[in-house]
Amino acid sequence: MWLRGKFPSLATMSALHFDTQQSHFALFGLPPAFRLDLRQLERDYRTWQTQVHPDKAAHLPAAEQLLAMQQASWINEAYQTLRSPLRRARYLLVLHGIDTQEETNTAMPMDFLMAQMEKREAVVEAKRLKDVDQLDALNAQVEQEVADLTAQLAVYLDDTQDYPPAAAAVRKLRFMEKLGEDILAAYDEIESR
Amino acid sequence: MALLQISEPGMSTAPHQHRLAVGIDLGTTNSLVATVRNGISVVLNDENGRAMLPSVVRYTADGQIIVGEAAQTMQSQDTANTISSVKRFMGRGLHDMGEITRFPYRFVEAPALGKTAGMLQLRTVAGVKSPVEISAEILNVLRRQAEASLGGELVGAVITVPAYFDDAQRQATKDAARLAGINVLRLLNEPTAAAIAYGLDNASEGVYAVYDLGGGTFDISILRLSRGVFEVLATNGDSALGGDDFDHRIYCWLLEKSNLSALPPQDTRLLLTHARAAKEQLTEHGEARITAMLSSGVLIDHVLTQAEFFVLSKNLVQNTLQPLRRALRDAGLKVGDINGVVMVGGATRMPQIQQAVGDFFGQTPLTNLDPDKVVALGAAIQANVLAGNRSGDDWLLLDVIPLSLGIETMGGLVEKIIPRNSTLPTARAQEFTTYKDGQTAMSIQVVQGERELVSDCRSLARFELRGIPAMVAGAARIRVTFQVDADGLLSVAAREMRSGVEAAIEVKPAYGLSDADIMRMLQESGQHAADDMQARALREQQIEGHQLLEAVENALEQNGNLLNVTEQAQVRTQMHDLRAALQQSNHQVLKHATEALNQATTEFAQRRMDQSVNSVLAGRTLESIE
Repeated sequence: MWLRGKFPSLATMSALHFDTQQSHFALFGLPPAFRLDLRQLERDYRTWQTQVHPDKAAHLPAAEQLLAMQQASWINEAYQTLRSPLRRARYLLVLHGIDTQEETNTAMPMDFLMAQMEKREAVVEAKRLKDVDQLDALNAQVEQEVADLTAQLAVYLDDTQDYPPAAAAVRKLRFMEKLGEDILAAYDEIESR
Repeated sequence: MALLQISEPGMSTAPHQHRLAVGIDLGTTNSLVATVRNGISVVLNDENGRAMLPSVVRYTADGQIIVGEAAQTMQSQDTANTISSVKRFMGRGLHDMGEITRFPYRFVEAPALGKTAGMLQLRTVAGVKSPVEISAEILNVLRRQAEASLGGELVGAVITVPAYFDDAQRQATKDAARLAGINVLRLLNEPTAAAIAYGLDNASEGVYAVYDLGGGTFDISILRLSRGVFEVLATNGDSALGGDDFDHRIYCWLLEKSNLSALPPQDTRLLLTHARAAKEQLTEHGEARITAMLSSGVLIDHVLTQAEFFVLSKNLVQNTLQPLRRALRDAGLKVGDINGVVMVGGATRMPQIQQAVGDFFGQTPLTNLDPDKVVALGAAIQANVLAGNRSGDDWLLLDVIPLSLGIETMGGLVEKIIPRNSTLPTARAQEFTTYKDGQTAMSIQVVQGERELVSDCRSLARFELRGIPAMVAGAARIRVTFQVDADGLLSVAAREMRSGVEAAIEVKPAYGLSDADIMRMLQESGQHAADDMQARALREQQIEGHQLLEAVENALEQNGNLLNVTEQAQVRTQMHDLRAALQQSNHQVLKHATEALNQATTEFAQRRMDQSVNSVLAGRTLESIE
């Protein structure tokens, strides 16, 4: 676990470990699993950025500044991917050779789709009535469902290695994420009027 | 110099390896420059001891460019040629400015680049000027002020920008710095700069909100400070809302009270100046009296109470609260999660702002650092680190992109590529394909903003990919990489994945300047550059002259007895000549006078040296006897 120990110099580190072919998990010295220690991830992310951030290279030649920018961008991308349950699950499935088919696979369970439509309508209605309390309630509901789906994903991905239902859960999670964005946009609209 | 080595306070005495770097707050109303000296961030004053340079530039018919207070005092008389609040025009087209009659300038629509019109320009008596050129004049004064004060050339500068500035506004700021001969170490977001100055000063930990209301821009940033890391969680704002708008409300109130409608530009400027003074007075007083004589001879005389002003400006204050809510939501935080609220920008002195922000967060905002200086002080700290002057304790800054970046897709819709509040630097790749057999080129429109329609977002650039190998429709896989650097500036690269061909990209910035534009402007200002060099040489000679005079005076006071009367008279004659030369601005005369005094005191220096050696030896002898 080179990341937790003493850091090698930037030059040797980039030569030894900075391989954009390696997985985001490997970059952070983590096993490829859905369950992870977010606090540790955050600490390691910060340690990485302390080493490679472009601010550390601002006085160096242009080529090194460019390298720092690319490495820091890559670390940001890896961190953002691992930090979000949806993106982490999608990424793990890709590592296992599974396409989550979020754009193409629309074969969702009917009851899920119906429930989604009802919630969307509720958001539109709350926006029309400027009902912030209703939006708060919807938001809490979405958060609960996201938590449930995340728990299911941990079981499918880490315990039972059951990937097709994991991909289905990712597709549902994507729906919930979009709904969450709609709710935020509704808050914005209510406040701007 | 043969005589003595004396360093004057304020002159550079730093060791060689210290690299001179400054932080510059290029403000709507005032601009400042600061540096880290002996480990402490300090604002550099001008030769008259003033810290703030009014961001006002005046062009005269005889080709002079006057910047700062001297320009500001001429605003009402020479309105069209005296440009203030130029920051509002940076990276903006005429159509962005809303009601342009509120500005007393002669605008020129810039030649269109591609589909979109370019940055607006202003017609002055010295020709048409772009906001970039005007801003460069302000930066130029600050650079020279810093170099004179620090006694050397700058390695570079950190220049602050409102966090909510988009790519076009950032690019325009960077172009202005290049035009002023400044190496930009980093564009730093103003609230983040304030957080650095504040956080390092107070060794704070926790989540802070920085509320930054400047002359023409408003930012809110939510940062988490922990163990030497400044992490921006979310930022929001309005890059066209600031203290100027409060002045304008008072101005409108004056018109209404006086039953006036449209005024000539100089009267508009006059009343705006009075409106600003009234606004400042209402910070500490219950009422302000506004009296002004218009060019028509009409006398304006009204009293504005604080209560009336609060009502007039209520909407403006409210307009700053919505970005606060958005930033909190984007950060996933509630009001109660905020440990402290830092106030930045002169406009936050207004009591109604302090009240509204205090009410919103349920706590008294922190104002223990001067809201006018805190941004420049933080920028200087960052500049010092970026220049490679290692400070003892290491810290890291993680900032974000304020507005989403996307591309135009079918039907004029925006597809977001990089969402707002992504930590910088950031890169995202997107694949495109061809829709016709044998298609070898495609055009991509890059936009910035949160809206769904391209027409509601800011068009940043249109770029064309050429040299795509001819294939059947849909077979080509063109991977376009969007890279946003630590300054928040976008660059684009593309590659056809099947053939590995690097597609040639031609980015047509809608608002930025091309390298050719910069070169042309630099050539045009070549005359200025020559003037600058001469001015700098003169300034250095003046410093040397003053140093020498001071040294000789000290020497005469201490060891005048080493010279006989005739010798003393000779030295004093040369000193007199040098003083006279310092009154003029002739480099050659000054140089000769300095050399003459140096010559005249060589013998004196030798005798002083002998005496000091003797006294040291004498001291030793005494000690050894005892």
